[in-house]
Amino acid sequence: MKPRRFMAPSAFLWLVLGAAYFLIPLVATLLFSLKSNTTGKCCTAANYGWVVHNGDFWHTLKISILLALETIVISLLLFVPTIYWVHLRVPRLRPVIAFLALIPFVVPPIVMVVGLLKVFKGTPDWFYAKPWGFLAAAYVILAFPYMFFSLDAGFRSIDVHTLTEASQSLGARWTTTLFKVILPNIRAAALAASFLTLAIVMGEYTIANLSAFHTFPIFIQYVNETQGFPAGALTLLSFGITWAAMLSLLVVGRTRGARGAVIAGAR
Amino acid sequence: MPYLELQNLHRDFGTVKALDGIEIQLGEGEFLSLLGPSGCGKTTALRLVAGFDRPDEGRIVVDGKDLTNVAPNKRDMGMVFQAYSLFPNMTARQNVEYGLRIRGRDKADRRKRVADLLELVGLGHAGDRYPHQLSGGMQQRVALARALAIEPRVLLLDEPLSALDAKVRVQLREEIRRIQLELGITTLYVTHDQEEALSVSDHVAVMYGGRIEQMGSPAEMYSAPATPFVAEFIGTMNRLEGTIVDGGVDHGGTMLRVDGTEGRPKGQRVLVLVRPETVEVAPANGGAAAANTLVGDVVTQTFLGPVTRLKIMAPGVDVIADVPTQQALALPVGTRVAAALPAQGVRMLELKHDVPEIAEEPAPAGR
Repeated sequence: MKPRRFMAPSAFLWLVLGAAYFLIPLVATLLFSLKSNTTGKCCTAANYGWVVHNGDFWHTLKISILLALETIVISLLLFVPTIYWVHLRVPRLRPVIAFLALIPFVVPPIVMVVGLLKVFKGTPDWFYAKPWGFLAAAYVILAFPYMFFSLDAGFRSIDVHTLTEASQSLGARWTTTLFKVILPNIRAAALAASFLTLAIVMGEYTIANLSAFHTFPIFIQYVNETQGFPAGALTLLSFGITWAAMLSLLVVGRTRGARGAVIAGAR
Repeated sequence: MPYLELQNLHRDFGTVKALDGIEIQLGEGEFLSLLGPSGCGKTTALRLVAGFDRPDEGRIVVDGKDLTNVAPNKRDMGMVFQAYSLFPNMTARQNVEYGLRIRGRDKADRRKRVADLLELVGLGHAGDRYPHQLSGGMQQRVALARALAIEPRVLLLDEPLSALDAKVRVQLREEIRRIQLELGITTLYVTHDQEEALSVSDHVAVMYGGRIEQMGSPAEMYSAPATPFVAEFIGTMNRLEGTIVDGGVDHGGTMLRVDGTEGRPKGQRVLVLVRPETVEVAPANGGAAAANTLVGDVVTQTFLGPVTRLKIMAPGVDVIADVPTQQALALPVGTRVAAALPAQGVRMLELKHDVPEIAEEPAPAGR
C-alpha cells in the first residue's frame, strides 16, 4: 500500500524555504546573543541578564507599550464612529477619506515630523513636551491608514444600514446600536487594526528620534550602537514582547461576542 | 376612527417625486398591503411610517398621536426587513430579547415573552442558534418574533419574503397572516408580488408613480380595477383598445358587444379588459368572424397545471386565454383558433392617456 501523501514535494520545499527565510536570522541572532560580551565566546545568558537588569529597558518599554495602547484607544474612539457615520450617512465621502488615509503612506516620516513639530509648536508643554501628547498625536496619524482600511473592510462585511435600522426600530439609541450591535460585529476588524497599530508604535523610530522622545526603538538603536552582543539579546526580547503584546490583545479581544465578529467577517 | 393615518404624504428625492400625496386610513388590527412595481414609492411610504425618513409634507398619525417628527427609536414600530437583519453576534433568543432589554423589562418577564414568541413563530427549539445557523426562512421568522416582542403599535413588513424560495414564501406568508390575526396587530406590508398581497391582506393599495392608484379589498381589486394600470398590474388581463360605436365597441374592425357601452358617447376611446379565464377558445371553422370573436394562431402554450395559458396572435392584438389543460392538448401551437370574449363580466375604462408600461421587477438582492 502506498503511504498517504499529505503534501506535494514542491510545496514542502517552498515551506522549508519560507521557514528558513524567517528562522535563519532569528537563530543567528540567538547564537550571537549567547556569546559573552567580554570574551566573545559561547554560551552565556549574561546578555539577557544585562538587558532585563537595565532600567532604561523597562522604562522605555513601558513608554512604548502605554503609547501604543493610547494610540489604539484614541484611534478607535476617533475612527470607529467616523467610519460608521460615513458608511451610514455619507457614503460618497468614503473615497475622500480613503485618499486622506493614504497620505501617511506617501509622506515620509521625516517630512511629517518636521511638519508636525512646526504645526504644534505653540501648544502647551504638557502636550508638546510629553510622549503622551505630541507623539501620540503623531502616531494616531501614522496609524490612520491601517485603522481606516481594516475598519472599512469590517464595515463593508456587514449590512450597516439594515442592522442600524433594525436596532433603532427596536428602540435603541445611537450609542446602544454602536456598542451592542455594530462594534461586536466589526470586532475582528478592530482587532486587526489594533495589532497593526501596536506593531507600528512598538517599532517607530524616526518620529520619536527627531522629536527627541526616549521610546523603546530609540533604546534598541542606542544599545545596537554601543553594545555588541546584548543588542542581539535585546532584539530577540523585543521580538518576543511584541508577539506577547499581540497575543494578549487577541485574548482580550476574543472574549464573549467575538464569535459574531468572525461570522460577520466571513460573509 | 382610523388607527393608522397617512395624511397627504409627499417626499421628493431631487427631481423624483417618490411620494406624491399619499392618503391611507387603516383600522386597528387590519392588514394593508402596499403593492406596486419597483420605484412606485411603496418602500418610501413604509420608511416614513417607521421614521427612517421624514416626509416633505404631510402627517403620520397612529392612534390619534402625530408621529411625523418622532425619532424612529421612540415610535414603537416593529419592522421586518427585506435583507436578513438579525444581529449576527446574538443568538435567535438574544435577538428577540434585544428590544425588551432596551425597554428595561425584568429578566423573568423577558424570558417568558421570548419563549412565547419563538414558539409562536415555530422556532421554540432554535433559540440558541446564531443567525448563520438558521435558514433564510427561519431568520425571517426570528426577525418577525423580534419585531413583535416590543408589542409594536404597527407591524411593518418590507418585502420580508422576497429573498426566500417559492415554497417557503407561500408557507411564511400564511403564517404571517395567522399570527397577525391571532395578535390583532395593525400591519403594513410592502410587496411587489400581487399574489402575495391578494392572498393575505384585508386591503390592498396599488401604487404607481408615488400615488395610490386604487385601494380596496383583494376581491375588489381583482374584479373591479379602477384604472388601466391596476387592471394590468393585478392578475393577467387582455387589453383591447377600441372606440364606442352603435351597439358596442369597434376594435380594429371586430365588433365587441360587451357590457358597459351604454351611456358612453360615440367615438369615445375605451379599453376593454378581459380576464384570460373568461375567454373561450375553439378551433376556427373558417367562416366569417362573429361578434366578440377574434381569430388567430396559437403561438405559445404555457402549462400552469389544471389550466394551460394560450397566447393567440390575432390581428392587432395578442389574446391570452386560460383553457383547461385537457382542451389545450387539442390546440397545439400553430392551430388557427377563434377566441370568444364574454359579453358579461368584462371591465371597460375610458382611455384618457396611454397606460404606463409596467417595468419588470428586478430580482431581490440576495444578501
